[in-house]
Amino acid sequence: MNIQLRFFASLREALATSQETVALPPRVETVGALRAYLRERGGAWADALAPGRSLRMACNQAMAYDDTPLTEGCEVAFFPPVTGG
Amino acid sequence: MPVRVQTDDFDLSEEVRRLRAGRPEVGAVVTFVGTVRDVNDGASVAEMELEHYPGMTEKALEDIVARAKARWSLIDALVIHRVGPMRPEEQIVLVVTLSAHRGEAFAACEFIMDYLKTEAPFWKKEQTPQGARWVDARSSDDAALRKWTGAQA
Repeated sequence: MNIQLRFFASLREALATSQETVALPPRVETVGALRAYLRERGGAWADALAPGRSLRMACNQAMAYDDTPLTEGCEVAFFPPVTGG
Repeated sequence: MPVRVQTDDFDLSEEVRRLRAGRPEVGAVVTFVGTVRDVNDGASVAEMELEHYPGMTEKALEDIVARAKARWSLIDALVIHRVGPMRPEEQIVLVVTLSAHRGEAFAACEFIMDYLKTEAPFWKKEQTPQGARWVDARSSDDAALRKWTGAQA
């Protein structure tokens, strides 16, 4: 499955990337599994996406959770808690 | 379009005038304007940059406005949020709510701001004498939501 990744704010800076397309192995079927899969890259990825980190996730521009299923071509975003207003 | 994300400043009077035009049933107009402070968490702020998630931001704001309209008898509502670089005293966000009587407009305006603070994907980065820093989310913003989800719901 191919999906689009987006990163924002402090997470974008920590990972030094704002977006990329990735081809996922069949075992990565949810947003939570994707987060764990990206941690396997190590370094800044392991740190920035660590389980204890306060992160928000979105799938196709709606808030997502660990069990949110991934679909072909979907856009998944990772970002810190929001601070607008 | 009840929601706008823009780099340009906005004119409160002009926005309210346009929203009210041709609506004699309006009896209450409530507005909230959020502005850039020169001090935050003990450091002076010279400038700030607002980043957002284009596309999701508009959807999140439209969803919040729709929920406010479902909950109160609003005649209309408007949200304008700026992005990009801003300096102290500049306007960041505008919320306008229109209703027949004040209670609905007051409550809906506060509801929209409380949800905007916790759900709309905006992030502030401040320039301080100690360097640039991302603003941390406040637990008081989460606490503010409880008045809409708790006993009153």
